[in-house]
Amino acid sequence: MFDIVLTGLNHTTAPISLREKLAFTKEESAEAIECLKNDPAVDEVMLFSTCNRVEVLMTAKNGVEALNTAKQYISKAKDTPLTDFEPHLYTYHGHKAVRHMFRVASGLDSMVMGEPQILGQIKEAYRITVKRRASGVVLNRLFHRTFHVAKRVRTETGIGDSAVSISYAAIELAKKIFGSLDGRKVLLVGAGEMAELAVEHLIRNRVGDIFVANRTFERGMELARRFSGQALRFEEIPSALETVDIIISSTGATQVVIGKDMVKPVIKNRRNRSLFFIDIAVPRDIDPDINKLSNCYVYDIDDLKGVIDGNMENRMKEAVKADRIIDESVIRFGRWLEGLNVVPTIVDLKEKMGAMARMELDKTLSSSLKHLPEKDAMALSRMMDALVNKVLHDPIQYLKLKSSHRDEAASLSFVRQLFNLDDGDNA
Amino acid sequence: MNGFPSMAALCYVLSTVLYGVYLFRQKDVLQKAGFILAASGFGIHTLDILFDFFRLGYLPLVNLRNTFGIASWSIALVFILFRLKTKIKVMGIYAAPLVTLVYIASLNLPDISRETSGVFKSSWLVLHVIMAFIGEAALAMACGAGILYLIQEHAIKSKKRGFFYSRLPSLEQLDAAGYTSIVVGFTVFTVGLIVGLVYAKMVWHRFADWDPKEIWTGISWLVYAALVHERIAAGWRGRRAAIMAIAAFALLLFSFLGVNMWIGGHHGGFVQWKM
Repeated sequence: MFDIVLTGLNHTTAPISLREKLAFTKEESAEAIECLKNDPAVDEVMLFSTCNRVEVLMTAKNGVEALNTAKQYISKAKDTPLTDFEPHLYTYHGHKAVRHMFRVASGLDSMVMGEPQILGQIKEAYRITVKRRASGVVLNRLFHRTFHVAKRVRTETGIGDSAVSISYAAIELAKKIFGSLDGRKVLLVGAGEMAELAVEHLIRNRVGDIFVANRTFERGMELARRFSGQALRFEEIPSALETVDIIISSTGATQVVIGKDMVKPVIKNRRNRSLFFIDIAVPRDIDPDINKLSNCYVYDIDDLKGVIDGNMENRMKEAVKADRIIDESVIRFGRWLEGLNVVPTIVDLKEKMGAMARMELDKTLSSSLKHLPEKDAMALSRMMDALVNKVLHDPIQYLKLKSSHRDEAASLSFVRQLFNLDDGDNA
Repeated sequence: MNGFPSMAALCYVLSTVLYGVYLFRQKDVLQKAGFILAASGFGIHTLDILFDFFRLGYLPLVNLRNTFGIASWSIALVFILFRLKTKIKVMGIYAAPLVTLVYIASLNLPDISRETSGVFKSSWLVLHVIMAFIGEAALAMACGAGILYLIQEHAIKSKKRGFFYSRLPSLEQLDAAGYTSIVVGFTVFTVGLIVGLVYAKMVWHRFADWDPKEIWTGISWLVYAALVHERIAAGWRGRRAAIMAIAAFALLLFSFLGVNMWIGGHHGGFVQWKM
């Protein structure tokens, strides 16, 4: 019998100051895995660490011992007293550990629910584990199932579907307006992290020419160079509106930079092609009345946040679906684990009975039947084997012919108790 | 009587149901099944029409029952082509019920036979009718695209994305589909009208006698001509084009049905539904 155990901390149980201290680099992770695997208390082990969590997953004969070993190791390796971080740790045994792993890999435990990076990080850590030969039958199967479940969650639920950041939300909207963003022209007015990120996303979506207008022409040129675009003087904005499709505005101006009167005359020259204004600035750069014009769309930062909130709500709903998939998979994995136990139990049974029979035979052959010729001793030995096999035949059949998962676990446990197979262990 | 009509009707109804469920559940297999059923219904419907044609020796186009039958057939045909070209899956939610309603209506109308003087058995007439209907079906698609456009535009403009936002394609796609439908529809419709005019000249020695249907159809034609021109030349697109496509189709429906049902004229027979 063995236990699957997991311990760790994440962004909800530990503050960043602690997570920083306990984070493991790739090399440190590899070392940790190597050390822990060599410890007698631990059978299989895997460790992974990201900016938001550190988790250790192990199989061991004694789960509690293994967990202590792991905690001690972390304390030593990270030069942090156990008392500092132990209260922030969560621990899981058995199917709860499996469930936690499935949830984390599917992005359900992440800071931004449904984020895709965590799966890659876990895969990387598993690769290290395999390289160090720290995983065996159980963890190998567990992680293959984990990746499979994460993929199912990703494809069968909408958990990773919609945008949950300002720039992605803006792109999502642009696609709903323009369909493909191929070749669409973009104007960036001003500068700023979110705006520049949005432009980068647009470039990744293969937009066409990029124009940058900044009050300080030199700053504009800098940005234009970065995006391989063209710098414009602020005064050139009105004429630029005739050719661009998407405008991202993020200036520090206190007044409106692009007003309705600037846009109205341009619409006819554009032959009514749609115009999408993304106004990230506070105070707003774009006159909200422009939204009232035909084929013009203005989204300010509150509107974009509204899109994100709506999407997050969807993600929460999808998380429920995801949990259902995960619960199903945990049960299936549990059944596989149980399957592991029938065979060892049968082996244990045979060994124990065989050992008892042999012991008695030896005792008798060396005392009361000392005089027995070799041939007869052999016959007696064969008789003992046959008797043991016949006696065990029915119990073994009983174990093998279990139909449902629940019966199996119960019957296994019963048989082990009946024949006292765990005498000596603390099962 | 063969079993074709009921089989076709069943296919159309099932297609409508599947598209309805697809609108809510968004499972791709639903719209694929909906489309296959619509296409199957169309196939059976076509067989039924051919069956009649070979049985009678001409294509019956003498009463409202026939008219609705051909109309629904045209809409199904154009929807299939539209769906294949524009790949707008959700259009089925507009087209399938339309086809189903018109077809089932046709099956429930009396097959009033008329004194046909051979005028109504000519292939010219068949060509006129079929082309006119196909053109109109395409204009119906344009109307549908316009409706979807306005729904999606509202979702985006009002910032309240709502039920349809994620279920409809981009504005650009809807606008482009509308554009294609209008241009194709108008062209085919025009050819159909010309064939009708030529045939009328051949048979009655004048192009038209300006019965109410012809007048209103002429007006509709002019409206569509203006719409197509504005689309191509003046760059009407988006919201305005969508509204015009809907309004123009409403006018066309009136010319097609309303006029003769309530007014009269030599096209009157085609909408005859009472003895």
